[in-house]
Amino acid sequence: MGRRVAICAVAQIRNEPDIWYKRFQGMLLECLEPILEKTGVTFDMDKGIRNIVTCSDDVFDARTISDNGMTDVVGAHYRGEEKIAQDGLNGLGYAMACILSGHDDVVLFMGHCKESQSESKRTCTNLAYDPFFLRPLGLDFLNVNALQARAYMAKSGVTDAHLADIVVRSRKNAARNPFARPNPMVSREEVMASPFLADPIRELHAWPVTDWAVGMLLCCEERAREFTDRPVWITGFGNCMDRYFVGDRDLASNFSLKQAAARAYAMAGIRDPKKEIDVFEFNDACAHQLPMIAEGVGLAEEGQGGKWLEAGGPDRYNVNLSGGMLNGNPIMLGGVARAVEAYLQLRGEAGERQVKGARRALAHGTTGGAGQHQTVLILEN
Amino acid sequence: MVHRKKNRNVAVIGVGQTKHSSHREDVNQPEMVYEAVREALDDAGLTMNDIDCIVHGNMELFEMIHQPDLWHELGTGAFGKSSFRLSTGGTTGATLFCAADNLVASGMYDVVMAIGFEKLQEGNTTAGITNMADPLWHRHLQTGALTSTCAYDVIQEFGLDRAKRASMMYRIIMDKHACLNPKAHRQFGLEFDQLEYLMESSAKLIGELRIIHMCSQSDGACAVILASEEKAKRLSNKPVWVRDHITVHREESFNIMAYDKRYPLLTTHRAAAQELFKRNGISNPLEYFDVFEMYDPSSWWGLDWIREFFLLEGDEHLKLVENKEIMLDGKMPINPSGGVIATNPIGATALIRPAEAALQIRGDAGAHQVPKPVRHALASGFGGTMWTVLIMLEKELNW
Repeated sequence: MGRRVAICAVAQIRNEPDIWYKRFQGMLLECLEPILEKTGVTFDMDKGIRNIVTCSDDVFDARTISDNGMTDVVGAHYRGEEKIAQDGLNGLGYAMACILSGHDDVVLFMGHCKESQSESKRTCTNLAYDPFFLRPLGLDFLNVNALQARAYMAKSGVTDAHLADIVVRSRKNAARNPFARPNPMVSREEVMASPFLADPIRELHAWPVTDWAVGMLLCCEERAREFTDRPVWITGFGNCMDRYFVGDRDLASNFSLKQAAARAYAMAGIRDPKKEIDVFEFNDACAHQLPMIAEGVGLAEEGQGGKWLEAGGPDRYNVNLSGGMLNGNPIMLGGVARAVEAYLQLRGEAGERQVKGARRALAHGTTGGAGQHQTVLILEN
Repeated sequence: MVHRKKNRNVAVIGVGQTKHSSHREDVNQPEMVYEAVREALDDAGLTMNDIDCIVHGNMELFEMIHQPDLWHELGTGAFGKSSFRLSTGGTTGATLFCAADNLVASGMYDVVMAIGFEKLQEGNTTAGITNMADPLWHRHLQTGALTSTCAYDVIQEFGLDRAKRASMMYRIIMDKHACLNPKAHRQFGLEFDQLEYLMESSAKLIGELRIIHMCSQSDGACAVILASEEKAKRLSNKPVWVRDHITVHREESFNIMAYDKRYPLLTTHRAAAQELFKRNGISNPLEYFDVFEMYDPSSWWGLDWIREFFLLEGDEHLKLVENKEIMLDGKMPINPSGGVIATNPIGATALIRPAEAALQIRGDAGAHQVPKPVRHALASGFGGTMWTVLIMLEKELNW
């Protein structure tokens, strides 16, 4: 495809442990207003926003039709609004399709999730498993991730100490990110002494409960300069579904991630991600997933995650300079948070985290336990 | 309007539905979804190898399954495929259809299958719908989908007797259509000579909204396969072309706070119809379209909305119903399938509308086929706080 889709603006609030003092609507309004200000975009039916892609989830919001309460705030009055009910990175892929199809010139993307309001790690994600076989076993995304962690660590020589180093690095990177969830610095020893949530995942190995909202303005290539002089282009997108039953999958195989990455690379014309991509943002909900995803997207050799970590792979390839999902983004928006960091890096607006001369970035998102559904987005400046 | 011509044309090349019913205790959710998927693949003469992408949707709190596309992979065939999950309330099915159209037209995927389902037996639908309302401002006012404000409005405008007769006439016509559709859920066998009896003595829900006026609670699934022009021409003998679609949502408050009769807002149905017809150069929709599959959650709404969708004035819509012009052999056949009052597996309902409209264009609707040639079809979705999706399907690629 010759045509590209631009991200013209991004606005976000800070990731916080518990935004008890504000409703979803207030969180999103803080993201909408800066976009209108920065770009001058309007809700004019001819030239402005007339379609909005939202991302939220009925179970997390405890509301049927969770986008229903957002229509006022996102400006979906007498115009289109469609809700993606999976990791928001797929919403960016879908917004891309709305524009490339010719149906829309300008699409507003708005996502929110307040994990603090629901029991995300246990109750909500336990509900993702069927009521007959897996739900009664108590499976949820966390303990399925733990099954994956055990399998992956055995396969790739990743140790408890490696995981601790990943967490320490994540906290250090996040400290340079003004929108990251505020977390205390931790030492390797502290991580290795933190209690198990689900063996081998320790408390500090798992993403902390986080509230966040984000907005983005996407536009067709022809009109992008109306809204910004520095558009960031979406040039590749791919996603893929893996098997449902945990026993039907090789949890350490990265099956769906490899497919998703291959689709995104094919669309963006990427042959060697190691050489052609400058910034990588992985949705590492648990620490072991950082090297595992690196294998999946072709940064590390298959089964060599441990060695890749020891050789300084994460810093060499500019992986998760934002702090990553591990530092705290709400589930549902982990992938979008990755795309936000990629956008800032490609605009040269990443502050102390800035990678000089970054031209191309990869953002990754996950839906489901142990990465059942994976998404990869390629961005360029 | 900046509305551009589609990047490439898209056609419906396969349609599948389960038999809809109140209790599908014989199957679990993925098994039920599989029935629709299997039928759509057989209808198109394809296998899962031909499908690039799955678009899945329903409402999570009806069955309390979080992101059910993960489990339903067993029935949707999504394993190894690209997939999306969208959810927009009652409009979900229509949104899935529009999303599949956008995904194909974008050039990102050649063949996309949209799958909507609901198994309402497994939850409490009215509780689920009540839960949509804002917990601070509106939930104490919400009565699920049961609202008789529309009945009140129609009665105010046309008088009690005429309004009640017209809505019950609409109801009986829908049942007559449903009895011709082997997939339909509720098939009562109502007769026109029961009209007066029913409008006076059938059980009431709220005001003049009676149980018999109201849509059913169904278990069922629907799958529709869409393909690019190149693929459609190669794979299908009877492609049905997706000409255009529009989504119109509005704010959640139902305008309770600011409603003033001096400044009436357009309904989203009328707003959607006006815009869609304008940009496609259709000046007389009642003449142009040969069939309309409407998301009609009750016979009061169905009756009232005919006026909105066809941009009619006064009592033209009532006359269409009173003169039975909305029956199969009438001027504007509405819901040959029996519509939503007969069959309402909510996440699938708004997808069944374009699916049935496509069958009408193909001439494959069987006993509920409209007898006159069907070249132009309209399908609508309804959801949320009065949201609309409106879809235009065509037999010929000649617009």
